[in-house]
Amino acid sequence: MSSLFQGATGDWEVVIGLEIHAQVISESKLFSGASTKFGAEPNTQVSFVCAAMPGMLPVINEECVRQAVRTGLAMGCQINLRSVFDRKNYFYADLPQGYQISQFKDPIVGEGMLTVELEDGSTKDIGIERLHLEQDAGKSMHDQHPNMTYVDLNRSGVALMEIVSKPDMRSAEEAGAYFRKIRSLVRYAGTCDGNMDQGSMRADVNVSVRRPGQELGIRTETKNVNSIRYMMMVIESETRRQVDVLEAGGTINQETRLFEVATGTTRTMRSKEEAHDYRYFPDPDLLPLEFTQELVDELAAQMPELADAKKARFIKDLHINAYNAGVLVAEKESADYFETLLSATVEKSGKAVSEVGTLVSNWVTGDLFGALKKLGLGINQSPVSIAHAAELITLQIDGTISGRIAKEVFENMLESGKSPETIVEEKGLRQVSDTGEIEAMIDQILAANADKVEEYRGGKDKLYGFFVGQVMKNTGGKANPQVVNKLLRQKLDG
Amino acid sequence: MSVDKNTVAKIANLARIAVSEDELEATAGELNNILDWVEQLSQVNTDGVEPMTSVVAAALPMREDKVTDGNYRDQILKNAPAVEQGFFAVPKVIE
Amino acid sequence: MSDLTKLTLSAARDGLHKGDFSAREITQAHLKAIDEAKILNSYIEVTSDQALEMADNADAMIKGNEAKPMTGIPIGIKDLYCTKGVHSQAASHILDGFKPEYESTVTSNLWNDGAVMLGKTNMDEFAMGSSNENSFYGPVKNPWRATNSDKDTVPGGSSGGSAAAVAADISIAATGTDTGGSIRQPASFCGLVGLKPTYGRCSRFGMIAFASSLDQAGPLTKTVRDAAIMLESMAGYDAKDSTSINIAVPNYEAALSGDVRGLKVGIPKEYRVDNMPPEIEKLWQQGIDWLKSAGAEIIDISLPHTKYALPTYYIVAPAECSSNLARYDGVKYGLRVAGDSLDNMYKNTRAQGFGDEVKRRILIGTYVLSAGYYDAYYLKAQRVRTLIAGDFKAAYEKCDVILTPTAPSAAFGLGEKVSDPLAMYLNDVFTVPASLSGLPGISVPAGLSSDGLPLGLQLIGQAFGEEQLLNAADVLETAAGFSDKPAKWWGA
Repeated sequence: MSSLFQGATGDWEVVIGLEIHAQVISESKLFSGASTKFGAEPNTQVSFVCAAMPGMLPVINEECVRQAVRTGLAMGCQINLRSVFDRKNYFYADLPQGYQISQFKDPIVGEGMLTVELEDGSTKDIGIERLHLEQDAGKSMHDQHPNMTYVDLNRSGVALMEIVSKPDMRSAEEAGAYFRKIRSLVRYAGTCDGNMDQGSMRADVNVSVRRPGQELGIRTETKNVNSIRYMMMVIESETRRQVDVLEAGGTINQETRLFEVATGTTRTMRSKEEAHDYRYFPDPDLLPLEFTQELVDELAAQMPELADAKKARFIKDLHINAYNAGVLVAEKESADYFETLLSATVEKSGKAVSEVGTLVSNWVTGDLFGALKKLGLGINQSPVSIAHAAELITLQIDGTISGRIAKEVFENMLESGKSPETIVEEKGLRQVSDTGEIEAMIDQILAANADKVEEYRGGKDKLYGFFVGQVMKNTGGKANPQVVNKLLRQKLDG
Repeated sequence: MSVDKNTVAKIANLARIAVSEDELEATAGELNNILDWVEQLSQVNTDGVEPMTSVVAAALPMREDKVTDGNYRDQILKNAPAVEQGFFAVPKVIE
Repeated sequence: MSDLTKLTLSAARDGLHKGDFSAREITQAHLKAIDEAKILNSYIEVTSDQALEMADNADAMIKGNEAKPMTGIPIGIKDLYCTKGVHSQAASHILDGFKPEYESTVTSNLWNDGAVMLGKTNMDEFAMGSSNENSFYGPVKNPWRATNSDKDTVPGGSSGGSAAAVAADISIAATGTDTGGSIRQPASFCGLVGLKPTYGRCSRFGMIAFASSLDQAGPLTKTVRDAAIMLESMAGYDAKDSTSINIAVPNYEAALSGDVRGLKVGIPKEYRVDNMPPEIEKLWQQGIDWLKSAGAEIIDISLPHTKYALPTYYIVAPAECSSNLARYDGVKYGLRVAGDSLDNMYKNTRAQGFGDEVKRRILIGTYVLSAGYYDAYYLKAQRVRTLIAGDFKAAYEKCDVILTPTAPSAAFGLGEKVSDPLAMYLNDVFTVPASLSGLPGISVPAGLSSDGLPLGLQLIGQAFGEEQLLNAADVLETAAGFSDKPAKWWGA
């Protein structure tokens, strides 16, 4: 797939690099014991350390260190056993210390490489430059008062991982795939909840354009983009803007830009001339961060199964097709739901996982996802419990109901909340497999339709479906299709 | 390396300290006196010498991930020059 | 009853424990003396009510046989320490009205041991200065004046208020902080003992930061024994300070054996600086002789990078200060001067809130960290710092402690050097190398200058070698037999 952008004067290649800020899952902040919980009253989850009171000092949270290592491992990156915290100095209302504690020269995680899958099934390798730990800033609110900005320090000091890619992406699609991949990795590794609407993940998007094969162009950086869709819009609009400027004979300014949701475009925030001089230097309140390879090995050994490995296992051990496996692992919650349901079904039905895997995966990706989509609910809000779902699938496996009836029962479950067994009993939906009963019914139908039997035997094969339909109609769809087939063939063809 | 008025204005801006136009010259002079004096460090051969990161030979201590602090907004805001509805208030920032 | 303000800390402790007088009595005596010594300007804030309340608690501790060595001892606290609900403003305008809602670890330790706070002592703003003339609250006057002179002299700095208070007998002892000599140089100027412990020995938590990699808390006292007692209370591991070191605090007083036989005392030749006044040179030789007579072995050593210590310090300390003082921005506490934008509010607040020396150091620090200069200045200085620390390491292969003068001169006249920052910086020439290396140093009063002002000698110890250092200082003190007091020209 060509990722070149067609300008008025020829093709352009867009070069994209991402800096993803991912909020670390931890109880307390990176350097203080205040809570990280989202949505508290302003300035309540703030300690004297978070508010940069005089004489306050940072003490690092060991879990945040572990989370960064886990993330590095999940991305297949180099883990640095020694790293250094630096101060990034700048003034802003929601930066109480007047500096952010970050890592500049010696980050905790070094280089790595990710492979992402694109929509056409091709793959693309995207390099990771580094991951470092840093403090989040507080929050400024500019719209609460006509001439004041309000500052809430609840987020001040929450641990962030900044994941910096190499400028390896060439299209919005690739950037989207990369972002989704990172999001999947941190969610599977349990290091970031990936909750974009709460700001748990956001990206600074670096975009430049060049003629294919030429030197890198001048880039712009669009800050704080908080959804994958917006990020793709930023890339598209920045590409178009830069190409327009260059084709009109202009030059690109190296600058920081802001994304405006209303217009779907970006605008200048500050130029390079106004750029900060961050005056990084090692934070003298902290010693270099050092840990052993044993700790890294221990964390690697405890690492949860990640999406790619899970998908491979689903295909290999559960005999699920690649498409279903991909759909199931796309979101950690879906994969978790599927695996829970699978084991409940195995327990209930007494069958092996490889025997029921496909059925369960079809049901989850088909019936359940369809229903949830219609209801506008997430997987964790499913109105049908795991136990009921397992029961429903087991009823199918043991032949109590057919697949068609199962769909009907599921509809009923969604409405009534009743268990599938109850519904089957109440509505008498139990599949009829009694050979005698079905045989008597077939005899009756054949007798009543002697003309059609003649026609069939005369070569009108299509009439076979008619007889099946009659049987099903007479049993309210409950006749076991295999039994019906077998007997009909015997009576008609035998 | 010596600083001129423009450089003083630039660093004063970085440090967010107002320095009036007529103070710039004098300030540049003072800073140059000090910078000329520290310049003697260039005589020292530091090839292959690691910059000091810490005078104490110790590992960075780490704390457990527990919520042990916070939840005292009144104390956080008590010394603030301007407070509105539980927020610190500052002159409006236009981004 | 004899004048309780004249007591040393150890004598006061003994008297309190024996019940010769109460904590309330000795506290009242000091509060009265403070009132009569206002002209020295050594206290910024006197906490009389709190002092008496603390004294009563101390008396209860003594009665309940829970007394510790510091119980009931009235002391001054440098304004750099955060003390809950009490003026803690680093003698700066920018912290106007700031009363912290928390207590520094060092003062907590002292209060837990029953010490009594008389008030907050004056200092150079944010601990930047060597004469205590950089205070928003005005300069401190040294109780000492030259013989037959009525000219004011400086107490040294930055812990000038603490030093003047102890020298004038308006506190038994006081806390100081030392970044490049801020305890030792005022001790030398005021005829006191001043101890800067090993970096990491005392917690920095709640101590308003000047230069984080250098700042250390320490005591200013009348005797070496007093310093040993007070350090033991102040010191200790603190999980709230990542640079605090987890080593048990020994009984320092018990280390004062009076025996230095076989102790190897290093004499660094590089400390014989140009233009060193002959009387300082003479005093240093005197110190060598005293220790030698006491049975110590004198060893010539070399600390080759000594001359680069001051310029190194004046890059590293301003760099750290430029960042540490960024938090004073008019948003969370202290002074706010209006501006038509957030940036202008910052600029006005910081221009008016900081004094000249603080601003000068912030600008220097900002410059040496800025793009294009970081390597040439900051990184270079940190490399030289490694060499300076390496000098000491090599020296301690040969000796146990190092003897030097504390300061290149006696106390100078108020206003004499205020317009020449560089001349002022040179005051710390002998104290800064140990600071850059994180080593403990102690100044012991050893004699008087030709015009009757006190002079100190400095002993520098090995990291966490405070016991050995204090023992050597005790022997030096005994040999020097310094017992002069400033002629009282202030008060009633």
